[in-house]
Amino acid sequence: MIKARLTLFRLSAATMPYLGSEDTVRELRRALCNPNVQSDQLRYRNAILKVIRAMSQGVDVSGLFSEMVKACATVDIVQKKLVYVFLCSYATLNPELSLLVINTLRKDCQDPNPMVRSLALRNMTNLRLPSLVEYVEQPLTAGLKDRAASVRRVAVLGWAKLHNLQTNSEIDAAVVNELYSLLRDPDPVVMVNCLRALEEILKEEGGVAINKPITHHLLNRLKECDIWGQCEVLRTLQRYRPQSEDELFDILSLLDASLVSPHPPVMAATLSLFLSLCPGVPAVSQAALERVRGPLLATCGSVSREMRFTALCHIQLLLRSLPGLMGAHYKRFFCGYAEPAYIKQRKMQVLVELVNDDNVAMLLDELRGYCTDVNTDTAQAAISALVSSCVILCGLGAGHIGRSYSDRCLEILIGLLGLKQEHITSAVVQTMRDLVWVCPQCSDTVCLAVEGCEETLQDGQGRQALLWLLGVYGERVSSAPYTLEVFIDGVRCEASLGVKMELLTASMRLFLCRPAEMQDMLGRLLHYCIEEETDICVRDQALLYYRLLHCGIEETRKVLQGRRSDPSLGVLIGRPAEPISQWACSFNTLEPLRQGAMETESASRGSPEHVTFDPKRNNDPSDTLNCGHDEEALHSGSDSAIVRTDSTADVLGSSLTVPLSLSVSPALSPEEFELLWLQPQVLHTEQGPEKMKADKDCVCVEEHVRCPEILHCSPQSLQAAMQLVNIQTLAFTPPHALPLRVYLYTHTQRARVAVTPHSTLILGELLYTGEGNQKVGQVDGGVVVVEGREDEQMKEGEQATADGLSGRDTGRTDREQDGVKVTLKQHPRDENALKGFLSILTTVLHTLSSESD
Amino acid sequence: MISQVFILSSKGDHLIYKDSLSVFLLQSHKDLHFVHVRQGGLYWVATTTADSSPFTVVEFLNRLTALVKDYCGTLSEKSVQMNFALIYELLDEVVDYGYVQTTSSDVLKNFIQTEAVSSRPFSLFDLSNVGLFGAETQQNKVAPSSASARPIQSSREQGGKSEIFVDVIERMSVVIGSNGVLMKADVQGEIRVKCYMPSCSEMRIGLNEEFSIGKSQLRGYGAAVRVDECSFHQAVRLDEFDSHRILRLCPSQGEQTVMQYQLSDNLPSAPPFRLFPTIERDNGGRLLMYMKLRCDLPPKTLSQELSSPDQSAELKPQSRAVVWEIPRFPGGTQLSALFKLDVPGLSSASMLEVGPVGLSFELPKITATGLQVRFLRLSPVQPGPSQRWVRYVTHSDSYTIRV
Repeated sequence: MIKARLTLFRLSAATMPYLGSEDTVRELRRALCNPNVQSDQLRYRNAILKVIRAMSQGVDVSGLFSEMVKACATVDIVQKKLVYVFLCSYATLNPELSLLVINTLRKDCQDPNPMVRSLALRNMTNLRLPSLVEYVEQPLTAGLKDRAASVRRVAVLGWAKLHNLQTNSEIDAAVVNELYSLLRDPDPVVMVNCLRALEEILKEEGGVAINKPITHHLLNRLKECDIWGQCEVLRTLQRYRPQSEDELFDILSLLDASLVSPHPPVMAATLSLFLSLCPGVPAVSQAALERVRGPLLATCGSVSREMRFTALCHIQLLLRSLPGLMGAHYKRFFCGYAEPAYIKQRKMQVLVELVNDDNVAMLLDELRGYCTDVNTDTAQAAISALVSSCVILCGLGAGHIGRSYSDRCLEILIGLLGLKQEHITSAVVQTMRDLVWVCPQCSDTVCLAVEGCEETLQDGQGRQALLWLLGVYGERVSSAPYTLEVFIDGVRCEASLGVKMELLTASMRLFLCRPAEMQDMLGRLLHYCIEEETDICVRDQALLYYRLLHCGIEETRKVLQGRRSDPSLGVLIGRPAEPISQWACSFNTLEPLRQGAMETESASRGSPEHVTFDPKRNNDPSDTLNCGHDEEALHSGSDSAIVRTDSTADVLGSSLTVPLSLSVSPALSPEEFELLWLQPQVLHTEQGPEKMKADKDCVCVEEHVRCPEILHCSPQSLQAAMQLVNIQTLAFTPPHALPLRVYLYTHTQRARVAVTPHSTLILGELLYTGEGNQKVGQVDGGVVVVEGREDEQMKEGEQATADGLSGRDTGRTDREQDGVKVTLKQHPRDENALKGFLSILTTVLHTLSSESD
Repeated sequence: MISQVFILSSKGDHLIYKDSLSVFLLQSHKDLHFVHVRQGGLYWVATTTADSSPFTVVEFLNRLTALVKDYCGTLSEKSVQMNFALIYELLDEVVDYGYVQTTSSDVLKNFIQTEAVSSRPFSLFDLSNVGLFGAETQQNKVAPSSASARPIQSSREQGGKSEIFVDVIERMSVVIGSNGVLMKADVQGEIRVKCYMPSCSEMRIGLNEEFSIGKSQLRGYGAAVRVDECSFHQAVRLDEFDSHRILRLCPSQGEQTVMQYQLSDNLPSAPPFRLFPTIERDNGGRLLMYMKLRCDLPPKTLSQELSSPDQSAELKPQSRAVVWEIPRFPGGTQLSALFKLDVPGLSSASMLEVGPVGLSFELPKITATGLQVRFLRLSPVQPGPSQRWVRYVTHSDSYTIRV
């Protein structure tokens, strides 16, 4: 619902002058000044109409201000209204000339016609000129006592506008008292306006006082208000706390009729009030939710698509606490043929939540129909909905029914592969990968299905998923080596970085179980990646595997064969019901609507700004290339700097439950970074592997990462490497200066299945003091002349040579003593995301510093 | 709390822009949220803060479109452009300082001074309502569908027709499985009153006496007209509803929804259309789709058309759909069509991709639930000529047949 294009448009209207706008203005001025026009009321009005038309088309007509001020003095109300539209838009640009209008306006305030009075009063306050305040106060005070309700309505809001103009000024107690007494005004709109005005004027005191008499007065008059007034009153009453249980139930029974109101705004506002009035009585809230089911479902079938969407989003909220609420009404969420994609996708999200034994057959059939939707996004959403329901069925799966339907699910998916449609195949393969991770029992069927679908797969994400499947379940897919061979032969033309990395891992894995078939092509692949590949990440990964193979097959197996599945994730999806209080505060706000937008954003795979680090797959670097802060790892005597240890896996383990994705947007300016960074620190720099000190919503972590060679990376390569994983470096010290400091930030997003994604901001500082011994080695043509132990050989990165420094010397430091101190700050706090981020960062640092051969 | 209101054309051009609170815009630009609805080919946008109720904002925008439609006659880019002064005036009265003041046309009519400019382009369709040689034809007895598309205010000045329209509008959403079994059938219905009378003190709408709400309730001796749930406009007085199924209300000028109701699953009659598809591949790799479409509505003696209606079919490559248009489809008849499609790389699996068939239709003079208006009385009796129209129509919200 939030349209970026609209902001874009507004900019263009503001900045782009229309062609010939000067001519237009001159023309209009001539018409306005023409005495013949002025004497003819209709012609004069038409000339003014033209001005307003030009104004709303974006032409700058502010030059006509004085002509328009003259046009204001007229008896013709239509003309007056038009002129006021103009004046209110341009008054702030011409404060002096605006003084001329005030006389006319004040005279109009005495007019016998209430319409003229209210019009004058409204526009007087709409001019938004602080200099005019002194002229406005007197008519406003008179307006509060006016006979006509329409004038009182305007006057009441006028005080709020006045207060807004001069927020610092003293609040006039007399006015506030008058406004409080006007709560008893016979006109309901005046009453509601008083609430609104008091709410604004007394904002600093926490808004209008909601005590028992006021509450009951408002409740008794609720029926007189129109729906807008009712919403306003209900919203204000949320602050009220009933003094006794009896009072609470009195209020609730008074509100019962509005709870089932046919007007969605009233229904939503009432439910919101219910939830805030009785947070301690879950039975009441639950009964209220059941009561609104009918009206909410009716709203889901509303003529207005936007209203349907809003209702759907709120139903999703309700389902978080009462999963069974809509079970019997699942058919209401079947997608209509011509419904827009955003509604279809929401409906599918709801449908998946409603799967149960009774409706599963119908639901699967329905979802299958959506998979061939013309809109590719909808089709992909349908496929992942199908898989989610399959996972739920596997979860239920103890019973025979669950099992047979999860088979049916797979059958549908496999049938879809037969269509040979590019986007469908890609989505199916990706979801199958996710499926076998959660439901390993499905792997046999999946292995049979993936054979032969590489021809249809075009996009990187889909091929990555296929490669992962081939790597992990390669021994069960007979054609796996041949498929990989096609990929390896085409690696030269491969554009996607992810596919190359995945190909390396998959080839290694398959080599372990089918060495005879794989040996030759793996050799070719490694050779290409080490010798010819230009991308540093791919090259490093290939180098790592090459060295790993040197350590022997058992070592390699230990590193590469991690977990293949995690059935415990399936339980996560069939999660327990949340307490209502979890979401009650976001009910009836824009929040639920935005959440979905974020969900779909993170669900759209392959968007360039979101690199999804899905730690559940062993293939990503954070998992396989792990060299944590473990002492053992470094002492293990292997000639590789990268050793996988169990303890680091445990650290990661806690973050494994959810995929973590990093994003650099929204961008953070250096000033903002500084401000956030310098907020009071709660960190104690004690020694130790990991210190955590948590504030309310912000957390600070300090950690040491051993990667001595970081100094030799040029800042550019560091920045490039960080950017690859969506970490933005903001500032760093000049290359080779000590101490080396780098400041960076990123946003993390953890997209849990069907739960609100959690977004945090992480700021970080890398500090390398280089306290270790520094020895200088001689570099000749990029090859380091070796001094000392074999394992400390290093080759200087190409970028490091390129960055224009002498390029001939490089430092070598003692590994045991130094490390990069990483200080991280996170808002708000989310330990798992932080750990995930740390492991990614560590990996990047290691990849950068492990440039040796 | 609404900060700004825009009306944008489908291309994004500014038609109307009202800033009710520019101070706030500058202060919290980042927290500004754009909420928009699309109606009449226009974007209706409001900017607001994150904590405001989406239901309220969307409802407000919908109500605003309804008001603009009431005042300008139709909703289109052209009518909005022609009536921008009127819309500014309307907005001025409806929203003050970001707070909705009133959207009731009864209140607003006292304030709105500008007159609407109707944009009625000359159209051949208007001629179709003129009887041949001035003869009274069947069609003349039915209010033309465009009759209610006019500004409400013109009645006052033209002094002419004081009319009232009561529309019973139902939207069906139906899913029929590939085996012909009805999988889902929903009806959302409403009674809408559109009033052009300058003053009307009370109106009584009598519904079928057999009208019953909920599963248990049964009334009358004939076939019950049943709905699951039913809700009424605030202004409707229901004191005679329980005994005689009479709605009493004082309609305000313009359009308002008096009653809404829903019915799920148990429709009183069979769904109006059935499809018998046969889909196969021929030897030349072409896709053959043989469609037999039956309309199960009771045949009407008056509108028999023996010649085959002028249908057309078109392949829409962009949406990958064949569109078969049937201008008239009398009840109790059957139509068939054979579509031959050349599909590159047609395989047996591709057959899975065919379907579903979506029908969109409008059934005049028919309600799926069987709801009828027994009578429509105005009191006091209007002086001068006044016309009362009751119209029934059933739309297809979504009528899907799987193949």
